[in-house]
Amino acid sequence: MSTEFVRVDGRLPNQLRPIKMAVGVLDRADGSAYVEQGNTKVLVAVYGPRELHPKHQASPDSAIVRCRYHMAPFSTKERKTPVPSRREVELSKVIRDALSQAIFLENFPRTSIDIFIEVLEADGGTRCASINACSLALANAGIPLRDLVSSVAVGKYKGQIILDLNDEEDENAEADMPVAIMPNINKITLLQVNGVLTEDEFKQALDLAIKGCMEINRIQRETLRSVYSAIKGEEE
Amino acid sequence: MSERRIVLPGELIAEGDYQPGLNTFKQGEKIYASKIGVLSIVKQTVSVIALHGVYEPKVGDTVIGKIIDVGTFSWTVDIKSPYTAVLNASDYFKGRFNPARDSLIKALKPGDMIIAQIADFDRTKNPVLTVQGPGLGVITKGVVVELSPSKIPRLIGRKGSMINLLKKEGRCNITIGKNGLIHIVGEKPEDEELVAQAIGKIEKEAHTTGLTDRIMRFMKKGRGLNVD
Repeated sequence: MSTEFVRVDGRLPNQLRPIKMAVGVLDRADGSAYVEQGNTKVLVAVYGPRELHPKHQASPDSAIVRCRYHMAPFSTKERKTPVPSRREVELSKVIRDALSQAIFLENFPRTSIDIFIEVLEADGGTRCASINACSLALANAGIPLRDLVSSVAVGKYKGQIILDLNDEEDENAEADMPVAIMPNINKITLLQVNGVLTEDEFKQALDLAIKGCMEINRIQRETLRSVYSAIKGEEE
Repeated sequence: MSERRIVLPGELIAEGDYQPGLNTFKQGEKIYASKIGVLSIVKQTVSVIALHGVYEPKVGDTVIGKIIDVGTFSWTVDIKSPYTAVLNASDYFKGRFNPARDSLIKALKPGDMIIAQIADFDRTKNPVLTVQGPGLGVITKGVVVELSPSKIPRLIGRKGSMINLLKKEGRCNITIGKNGLIHIVGEKPEDEELVAQAIGKIEKEAHTTGLTDRIMRFMKKGRGLNVD
């Protein structure tokens, strides 16, 4: 019998939850994506670049990103009021910052790029799933990007460093750390830590997170590519 | 290096002795794609033909726009881009504009469609249009249909193969606005309708191969001709 640490849902410490991704799921949006990581389900719509109202918010030399992270009232066990909470406002900001790094905002002065994130079911790692879905939706909208942003959380649970925490693990974890990276150009765009990690644990956790992000990035690329499997150039 | 493959944002497409073209960016010696598109290498320039995205105005482009507002000295024109365009009265009245004599609202009303060229555009101001030139001006007949701006190269086809097919088989005159609006004028409304349907087919099947042949068959069938 294996002595390997087994998690609440039977996963290994370095194992992601089952992932499902789709792009172009909404017709009216310029770009859209749907991502499932385990029981966490997120739907994202992207509009723009488009003319910005109110005009005084515009930046004269770049586009601005407006981001709304929202949890559906039915996304949690107890009904969540649809009024944006302090946490949702903060997550909107964190996700916006993680994504703006990747977008060529300077190409579209005086405009806005609007991102709407709707969490349909929350089971841990919603900000990471949101970032993954957003970068798919941005690519789907034809917005110029430096790279796809891929994100996953790592944490310390019962003394063990584990990848992609679900809600139960998240609540009982000694530490958790969401990480977002741009894998092809080797940049970190989000790194938060909750709880306490020693220096060694932190390094181990970051390595594990980057491995997880690489795997997610591979799935993102497969998803985007699968839409065009039939493409062969006949353009001018 | 294989040409004409699909590339994704952040994908390394060339290294070393190449120039970055449209929808790419350079970091150090490496060139990456910035949009989803088809890779194209012409001489030493690597570029990506985008498959999605809004219309980005460029000086000299022919566009089709809709008047959405009438001002004292200019019209505001929707050109389906992140920036609304301006058509100056002095341009429309060929520089002999006299606010006391000429009425903007009588010349062009909100809802009127115009074919125009982008005369001026930069990062600091919205695009300025001109209607002085061959083929430009207000649209008085025919129909205007929509196509995603990124699919315009597909509508034109290699060396104009697709658009020439549509003009010939559809017996229509077609003006392409780079912003994704297409003006069709034919002798009969049925001809215009058939071309509009063919363009709808291109929108749906833009990423497939052998589209020109299928459009050819579609047009012949639509006109009740024998398809072999």
